[in-house]
Amino acid sequence: MVTPKQLAQTEYKYGFVTDIEEETAPRGLTEDTIRWISAKKQEPEFMLEWRLRAFRHFLTLVEKEQSPKWANVHYPPINFADGVYYAAPKKDQPASLEDVDKELLATYEKLGIPLEEQKRLAGVAVDAVFDSVSVATTFKETLSKQGIIFGSFNEAVQEHPDLVRKYLGSVVPYTDNFYAALNSAVFSDGSFCFIPKGVRCPLELSTYFRINAAEAGQFERTLIIAEEGSYVSYLEGCSAPMRDTNQLHAAVVELVAMENAEIKYSTIQNWYPGDENGVGGIYNFVTKRGKCAGDNSKISWTQVETGSAITWKYPSVLLQGDNSIGEFYSVALTRGYQQADTGTKMVHLGKNTRSKIISKGISAGHGQNTYRGLVKVMPRAADARNFTQCDSLLIGDQCGAHTTPYVEVQNSSAHLEHEAFTSRVSEEQLFYCQQRGMSSEDANSLIINGFCKEVFQQLPFEFAIEATRLLEVSLEGSVG
Amino acid sequence: MLEIRNLSASVGGNRVLNGINLTVEQGEVHAIMGPNGSGKSTLSYVLAGHPQYVVESGEAILDGEDLLAMPAEERARAGVFLQFQHPVEVPGVRLDQFLRAGYNAIHKSKGLEELDPLQFDRLLQQKAGIVNMEPTMLKRSVNDGFSGGEKKRNEILQMAMLEPRLSILDEPDSGLDVDSLRLVADGINQLRSPERAVILITHYQRILNLVVPDVVNVLMGGRIVRTGGVELAEEIEAEGYEGQDEVLQAQG
Repeated sequence: MVTPKQLAQTEYKYGFVTDIEEETAPRGLTEDTIRWISAKKQEPEFMLEWRLRAFRHFLTLVEKEQSPKWANVHYPPINFADGVYYAAPKKDQPASLEDVDKELLATYEKLGIPLEEQKRLAGVAVDAVFDSVSVATTFKETLSKQGIIFGSFNEAVQEHPDLVRKYLGSVVPYTDNFYAALNSAVFSDGSFCFIPKGVRCPLELSTYFRINAAEAGQFERTLIIAEEGSYVSYLEGCSAPMRDTNQLHAAVVELVAMENAEIKYSTIQNWYPGDENGVGGIYNFVTKRGKCAGDNSKISWTQVETGSAITWKYPSVLLQGDNSIGEFYSVALTRGYQQADTGTKMVHLGKNTRSKIISKGISAGHGQNTYRGLVKVMPRAADARNFTQCDSLLIGDQCGAHTTPYVEVQNSSAHLEHEAFTSRVSEEQLFYCQQRGMSSEDANSLIINGFCKEVFQQLPFEFAIEATRLLEVSLEGSVG
Repeated sequence: MLEIRNLSASVGGNRVLNGINLTVEQGEVHAIMGPNGSGKSTLSYVLAGHPQYVVESGEAILDGEDLLAMPAEERARAGVFLQFQHPVEVPGVRLDQFLRAGYNAIHKSKGLEELDPLQFDRLLQQKAGIVNMEPTMLKRSVNDGFSGGEKKRNEILQMAMLEPRLSILDEPDSGLDVDSLRLVADGINQLRSPERAVILITHYQRILNLVVPDVVNVLMGGRIVRTGGVELAEEIEAEGYEGQDEVLQAQG
């Protein structure tokens, strides 16, 4: 039988450290830090000004002690003045993939993301972000032939400043929340995607975020713009070394879908979750939001959250265009002493807009899992529809599952449905599987995968396999 | 093949089996009949290794091995199959995937070839015909939304796939209409062979007209109180269980 203790003691496979010399920003957080980062990146003036405005706003929030307290997560106060906000491999930015440091290539290979031409994943273009900088992007030329821009955020700031200026902060303004303000001030890199009108992106676009430096936080920003009638599927993966201190990861992701455009955004989040006593691990405080700006547009979030000591994120959709569609599919696994407070906001602004929320929370060990969601229907949003299903699965008796759905409806033609249930992996199910010859480990994994099926089938094929494997890893060594 | 000696067991602190003695030889079909609460299902769970059932004393030897010492999955791999009276639902897990996981786990433990999805599908389609199972049902979640009859036929299909040495059938006839009963009985008969044995648990004689047993045992108060041939089942059908335990005491 699987005991909660055994589940909590699973190994983290990506906990290694890359031995590479890194340059870091001076410790601390002042206007000088912001200027230092902006100068490091040789940014145009508008970027520095925007960062400084964000930073001044952040300071007012710190003064008023307005870091978010409403989430069902518990951690000691973070001393933001004592942080390191930038770390990057020392060598100059490589001109091409061939010039990328061997240690870095080896790192990504170890993570299962080979960057070298002959080994690349077929059908997936990868932007590799290491601490505060993008170190390589594959398939860039192939994509640019179709007018698709895919690469690091820094590059986009240099090469496409008008696009960045137009869309940066247009979905998540720096005033949005505490961590969005912090990110806007200090963000270092991330990915930028632009899909021109009528283009269906032929590859999966993907960014792999790796934290390596011991003290620096990671603050990246991703911006995806899908022009009229275009389509893109994007995937983000992440991992970090095992350390006994907590590290902050505060990202912002903004998506914009124009008329008839579709963005599918998938995340497999596997940051270091801390050890079996809850020591160390990443604080994953992320703001993700998409705007269905045009009529008939669609944004779909799929997330598989297995890592981090604390996860605080609510990938949301603003349904502005008429007939636009927002979707949120989520699996969040908490074990050990992990805490997750995650869900979504679906804001219906346009007519005949539809949203769908499928949330699956799995709690084991001392894990605490909260679904928090908001469905908001604005006065103009006639005939809006929402379907919400949030299910929880408990393994053992020390863990917790919580559901906090909010609904605000200002148009009486709205139609909302909500379903929720909490279950345990029952002894009867396990026995049934074992009676058919399966080990209790395989039986658990089968039952849990069944529970997650509706979410996993939204993932691109290779990543569905990856997600299944991740859950299996988390159950490894669990047969007593 | 199976030798049960003086087996006593309890569940939730209540003693349910009180010294069962039963010998099942290769090729035999043993019917176990008894009223509600006599311990029939408990016997099947104890033999299959359900963790809630605690063996107090006695033993069960399968082909010379101590069955009660093995965890449930090892008993399955040793050839013990339990047809559940109330099959469990496993939402989101497709029946064909579920069955393949079990099939391959058993094959792997015996050093036999594991089947890939295509090979397995071919075999499964073929066996599904035995119990008249629609191919679309094989792609549905295990027992999820199945009718009572579908659940029973699904159990027999699983038995046909796994080809167990010892099948323990816990009321395969309960809740079935005449047509389903015929399909289930045919499925059981097809698996009868000189190498295999069946323990068939039932309230009623009805299924025993279709699956004719070699031995009929009457279980009451957690003990086998009478053993006989087919005529014993007919006697019970005519006269009921009342007084059966007294027969034993009179013989006593």
